[in-house]
Order: sequence, then C-alpha cells, then structure tokens
Amino acid sequence: MDGRFDSRGGLTTLLGMPALLRHEGIDGLDVAVDERQARRQLRQQVARLEAELASLFGEAFGHAEVPHRVAAVGAAPRLLDLGELEALRDELADRTAEARQALVERQRVEDENRELVERMLASPQDFKWVRVSREDLGLHGCGHWHSRPRLGPIGMLMGWWRVKISSGCPLPGRLAAVEREDEAEGRA
Amino acid sequence: MSADPANRMGWVPAPQQGWVAPHIASEFPGLGVAWVEVDAKPGRSPEPVRRRLRDLSDRTYGSQAIRLRERPIPWAYRVFYRQIGLDPDRTRTAVEQLTLERLEDGGFRSHGLPADALNIAIVETGVALRAFDANRIEGRLCIRDSAPGESLPEGSGELAKGTLTIADEARPLGLLFGPTAEDYGIERGSRRLAIAAIQVKGVPQIAVEEALWMAASTLEAA
Repeated sequence: MDGRFDSRGGLTTLLGMPALLRHEGIDGLDVAVDERQARRQLRQQVARLEAELASLFGEAFGHAEVPHRVAAVGAAPRLLDLGELEALRDELADRTAEARQALVERQRVEDENRELVERMLASPQDFKWVRVSREDLGLHGCGHWHSRPRLGPIGMLMGWWRVKISSGCPLPGRLAAVEREDEAEGRA
Repeated sequence: MSADPANRMGWVPAPQQGWVAPHIASEFPGLGVAWVEVDAKPGRSPEPVRRRLRDLSDRTYGSQAIRLRERPIPWAYRVFYRQIGLDPDRTRTAVEQLTLERLEDGGFRSHGLPADALNIAIVETGVALRAFDANRIEGRLCIRDSAPGESLPEGSGELAKGTLTIADEARPLGLLFGPTAEDYGIERGSRRLAIAAIQVKGVPQIAVEEALWMAASTLEAA
C-alpha cells in the first residue's frame, strides 16, 4: 500500500512509511481493510477452478479416474470467511492439478498402447496372445485387438499368427427398468 | 397472486420477486428468489404429466449426465454450492440429483404432483425449484442468514448462526438448497402452492421465469 485516503477523500502518500517497517501487519495504522474485495476475488477463482475441474472430469470419464472431490466446509450452507475461501480455492487448485496430471498420465499409457497395437499388427508372432482393448486406447465402444494363431493348435505349431480385431457391442434396446415399469403399469 | 390479467404470464401468474438480505446480496450479486402461487391439488399425476416424464427419460442419456456440470446453469449452481461451503458431489444440485436418479432407475419415476411438475421444470431448465404450502407463508419469501437462537419449525435443533435459509417474513422455511421444514412442505390437504426458484449468478432471468412458468402451467393444467 503506498497511500491512503485523507479526511477529504483525497489519496495521500503515506508519510509514516517507517510505521510500516515497524509493524509486521497493518494493525494500528488506521487503515481500514475491506475483505469483501478479497472474498469476491476468491469466489471468482473458485468459479474458474470449478469450471476447469468439471471439464477435466468430463474429459476423463470412461478413460481414467481423476480426483475431483473437494469436501464440504460444513454441513449447512453459510457465508465463508476469507480463510475458508482460501482453503477451498487451494483444495480446488490441488484437485485440478492432480486431475490434469492423471489425464496426462492416462494419455501416455494410451499412446503406448496405440504403439503396441501398431507393432502387433506389423508382427503378430512377436506378441503371442497379447490382447489390447479399445478402452486401453481411450476409444469408445466394444472390441479389442488379439494376437492369436490361425486354425487353432495347428497355427500355433506352424507359427501362423495374426491379429484378430473383434468388434460389436450388444444391440441397443430398452432399459430393463423401463420394461419392468411398463409391465407393472400394464398389470395395474 | 394478482388477478389482474396484465400481471399474468400467459395464463400463469407472473412471478413475484423475493428479497435477499443486503449483506448477503453484496457478497453474492445475482442471488435471488422468485415465486409464483398456483391453485393445485397434490396427488397422483395425470397421464399427460407421466407421459412427459417418460419423454424426458428418453431424452436424457448418461453422456449428458457426465457433461451436465459443464453446462452454464448447472455449473452456476455447482459454483454457488462451493461458495457457500457445500460439496456439490455430496449435496447434489437439483438437476444433477434428478439426472442421477434417472440413470439409476432407468427413467424419471413419477412421484405425483407437485413433485413431477417441479422435476419436469428442473430437468428442462436446470433451475432449482422448491414448493411450499402458500397458505402458511407469511409475506414475501427471502434468502437470509439465520439469527442466533433460530431453528427450523420441525424442531431439528437450533440453526448455527449464519446458516443460509429460505424464509418468509416470520421464520425460516428451510435451509437454502436443503429440505423444507415439514410445517411448510406440501401435504395432501394443501390447496395453494408457492413454487419458488432460487437464482444464482450465471442463471439468466429468462431461465428462472421459464422454470416457474413450466412448473405452474403443468400444475394448473393437471
């Protein structure tokens, strides 16, 4: 702080600069501190971090487990003080960093698996019985790459290996719970 | 509710604006409460309402549920929950709770009126709604913190000082985003309902009005 308002509302340079050096805090300097602005800033940071964490959660879902939980400050809703907001902001920032790190780590594993599939396709005999799923590559849907012998035991003896690409998820149908509800309504 | 036709939103009464305690409003710009009062009879939902719930179930998927928290209105409520010390993954926002139940149950279950009308409006708009027995509310609704010694009517103990509540001009009706006090909730004998929307920063006024209109028109049509 390099100035303060005088009684007429004008900003004056602090002549009592040595007073600042003598005091560790600003107590006793007759300077009013409005924490509201600080709380507003912290709330804005919380909002930004929540958005980032939500985005990382959505991006990671189905690929990787990302830490995203930040415990409640209390059981009931209330105004949080500056310290509580700071702690909340820090926890959200930590969680966001951890989530980002978990995603980077997962991306690395998926890249390695992608390379593995390419090498399997190039020389299946070097990866006997290795099986990589679409999920391991971060892809949606069912299916996997499986290095296995042609013609079963004969191919195994002869060294005729290939990568079999399976696919196909179960056909979409109505949810069982909906069917049950419809049946129940029909009976009623 | 005013009977003045000019003060009606279509054939549903125009929303009334509640107030927010000044020190809370200064901390949370954009926080507000609005409500409409409608005549309605709690009970089993008629077939059109149940059909609408089924249609909503067919339009709600798991992938939407995962990405829900990134959409502007659910995100705004999540942020507000954080800012008032709640964990939105534990005390879920209204729309996230309903979406989760939809996934667990395989569809939106009917809970009768007025719950179904509120649920339809919440899922369609994302706005947090609650219902009170309008005949027991004194004056305007408001959002304020609890005073020392105050408690909720069913006597679940004294509220901690500074607890954020939704209240009328006499007493708190429930925690903000928490259960409604039993004395003010909807019972079979309730005949006039107050549907209240809690607005937070980031939730547009048009969404609040749409949510109230949707809930009230569903109740009036039933």
